[in-house]
Amino acid sequence: MDFNFSKEQEQLGETIQRFVAREYSTERRKAILKSREGFSREVWAQLAELGLLALLIPEEHGGMGASALEVLLTMNAIGKALLLEPYLPSAILGTSLVRDLGSGEQKKAMLPALAAGELIVVPAHGEAGARYELERVATRATATADGFVLEGKKAVVLHATAANMLLVSARTAGAVNDRAGISLFVVPRDAAGLSLQEYPTLDSQRAADVTLHEVRVPRQNLLGPEGGAFEALSAAFDLGIAALCAEAVGALSASLDATVEYTRTRKQFGQPIGKFQVLQHRMADMLMHVEQARSMSYLAAMRCTDGDAAVRGRAVSAAKALVGQACRFVGQQSIQLHGGMGMTDELLISHHFRRLAAIELSLGDTEHHLEKFARGAQ
Amino acid sequence: MDLNFTDEEQAFRSEVRAFVRGHLPGGIRDKVLNGRHLTRDETMDWHRILAEHGWGAPTWPKEHGGTGWDPVREFIFEEECAAYGAPRLLPFGLRMVGPVIMTFGSAAQQQRFLPRIAAAQDFWCQGYSEPGSGSDLASLKTSAVRSGNHYLVNGQKTWITLAQYADWIFCLVRTDPAARAQAGISFLLIDMKSPGITVRPIITMDGGHEVNEVWFEEVKVPVENRVGEENKGWTYAKFLLGHERTNIAGVGASKRELDRLKQIAAGESKNGRPLLEDRAFAARIAQVEIELLALEITQLRVLSAEAARKAPGPEASLLKIKGTEIQQALSELMMQARGPSGLSFEGISATYCNLRKTSIYGGSNEIQKNIISQWLLKL
Ligand SMILES: Cc1cc2nc3c(=O)[nH]c(=O)nc-3n(C[C@H](O)[C@H](O)[C@H](O)COP(=O)(O)OP(=O)(O)OC[C@H]3O[C@@H](n4cnc5c(N)ncnc54)[C@H](O)[C@@H]3O)c2cc1C
Repeated sequence: MDFNFSKEQEQLGETIQRFVAREYSTERRKAILKSREGFSREVWAQLAELGLLALLIPEEHGGMGASALEVLLTMNAIGKALLLEPYLPSAILGTSLVRDLGSGEQKKAMLPALAAGELIVVPAHGEAGARYELERVATRATATADGFVLEGKKAVVLHATAANMLLVSARTAGAVNDRAGISLFVVPRDAAGLSLQEYPTLDSQRAADVTLHEVRVPRQNLLGPEGGAFEALSAAFDLGIAALCAEAVGALSASLDATVEYTRTRKQFGQPIGKFQVLQHRMADMLMHVEQARSMSYLAAMRCTDGDAAVRGRAVSAAKALVGQACRFVGQQSIQLHGGMGMTDELLISHHFRRLAAIELSLGDTEHHLEKFARGAQ
Repeated sequence: MDLNFTDEEQAFRSEVRAFVRGHLPGGIRDKVLNGRHLTRDETMDWHRILAEHGWGAPTWPKEHGGTGWDPVREFIFEEECAAYGAPRLLPFGLRMVGPVIMTFGSAAQQQRFLPRIAAAQDFWCQGYSEPGSGSDLASLKTSAVRSGNHYLVNGQKTWITLAQYADWIFCLVRTDPAARAQAGISFLLIDMKSPGITVRPIITMDGGHEVNEVWFEEVKVPVENRVGEENKGWTYAKFLLGHERTNIAGVGASKRELDRLKQIAAGESKNGRPLLEDRAFAARIAQVEIELLALEITQLRVLSAEAARKAPGPEASLLKIKGTEIQQALSELMMQARGPSGLSFEGISATYCNLRKTSIYGGSNEIQKNIISQWLLKL
């Protein structure tokens, strides 16, 4: 066994950490939050320049062909600095779906543009009645002479407004919760019949509910085999979960560090509050959550590319369940230990808290993954 | 022992229920049921409606214009109001400064201030905390220097809830800088319109404006606005903190939120069935419901003991801790019940963020445990 990153990986990790430290100060982030789009196109372009939007893209399509560990290191830094750019939905989920399902032509058209940051592509998969079940898709796609007509609603589509293309899942066959019969379609965001209702998310990002009414797409916009998108969706979401766990670890350790630092300097009753044993034990508990979460983020990263979907799914669910609980405990306690200051919008700690809460609710919450893990063991 | 309400108490409950249903304005109710902030007028309107019915001071004795109810009636009243979606009556006048003035204030202060509190004419806020003095309140630095028949107040208070709406603020100030921390503090009533007061908003993580910094620069406060003796303010403050904590349990409001949680869970589906029927989720709701059931009885026990003794005791800390843990657990479950839609930063998830405050304010839950260790466990 070997727990070391390679030289190149370490260098990449340092580059990213330096980049976010330089470009993503709390002040800059505040300005970006207030901007119209809620993220920075400039930062997005810089991420492209650093090659970070191309991690999952094969070299033949202008990418880095990197491993899950490069993704992990990148997500660590993103979690620490609380980047608002659509990295997870586009550079991880959207990109890996195009990579895994796209025809030669589709890949040629989209992957280099994704790598260059010229294209933002996000999945529009979840639905109001589906909760976290991946296979529950009610949106329908009906075949016509030269393509398909899409009809249905997608919920909480992250960064839908920023996207050029949505990867919309729709049922071309089967019952509402069948794995077979789910197809994916590349739908331009400005397609006729597609409307977005945008709102801010718990962590100050943007999401939208998407309504598709008689949206017509040509047959060449079908991504992957008709009715056979489930396996790839499942693999992409597992990769997304592993990435999310790595992001969580960045945010978790930043929260712990900030809290320890705060309790060292904040004085009450004539001493730093970090001297109170009850707070020391609380922070010791936080540290244990962070380290356990870090271990699971490694496991999820290493297993998420495993060919055996069961092995992969089990590791990823275990990681997400454990990380979710760490997010809750560390998030809540970091606010508690900051006292009133923790409640303010001004300090970054409350933004970490909100991101951690959002991570717990994303791509399956703790309860969902506990149950999935337990089912897999039977 | 009898854990049932008597016939008279049941009749009283019906009376309160009918009144609240008949008089609570729909717009206010709607906001409360959806966890939205009320305006100053909305807060005062409901209190005024109660006052006009003779219920403006449901926790006060009759001689001060209160209802003179026993703890059980107070509890029923709070529960019925909360259940239907009435806003919580603001504690600052009724539960905090009111009892202090009643107990330690002069006859002139009682006549001047108490009727206006009971009639919802004055909006009060609480000026205790300072940037350097939160849990360690006794280290406060805001100074009041005697000059003829007034004090000159200088300093900064912070986290002052709804100071932006307040007519009056009651403050702990240092009148004897030489004395030991607790010994040099006085309790002043300060008109928010006094020259030299500046209120600056603090935006909390849910995006709301609920708390403020309040700055005092050479603010003149008449000596007659000091409650009780000079340098004895700490005694009055401690008396008040006990009252603040019993109020904080919020059993009535939590029962309402529990119902709301069940409604949400009934409306969400999991594996094609209502989430409320999901075993794991139903068990988590049951866990909180059971805690709440126990807290209700504990609260009634504590309140009855207090009524007999005529003062809140350290048991109030227990109500504060449990009450706030339940409020937080309910908001967490509501957010989780919504599934991925919980990600939208609207009422429910914003409330989840906002309620983190409850284990921090009113004496943090760590401080409450220190009190329990010291006074109940005698450690
Ligand atoms: C939303 C909100 C509304 C408020 N409204 C008002 C108001 O209207 N009026 C008013 O005067 N104040 C108000 N407060 C202030 C509140 O009372 C203080 O925030 C509280 O007393 C904690 O003080 P602090 O914020 O300075 O935290 P600190 O005292 O710095 O505490 C930080 C952390 O250290 C812990 N800690 C401190 N001392 C000890 C110890 N001895 N042992 C173990 N742990 C310890 C605390 O529990 C906390 O977790 C409000 C606060 C909030 C958040």
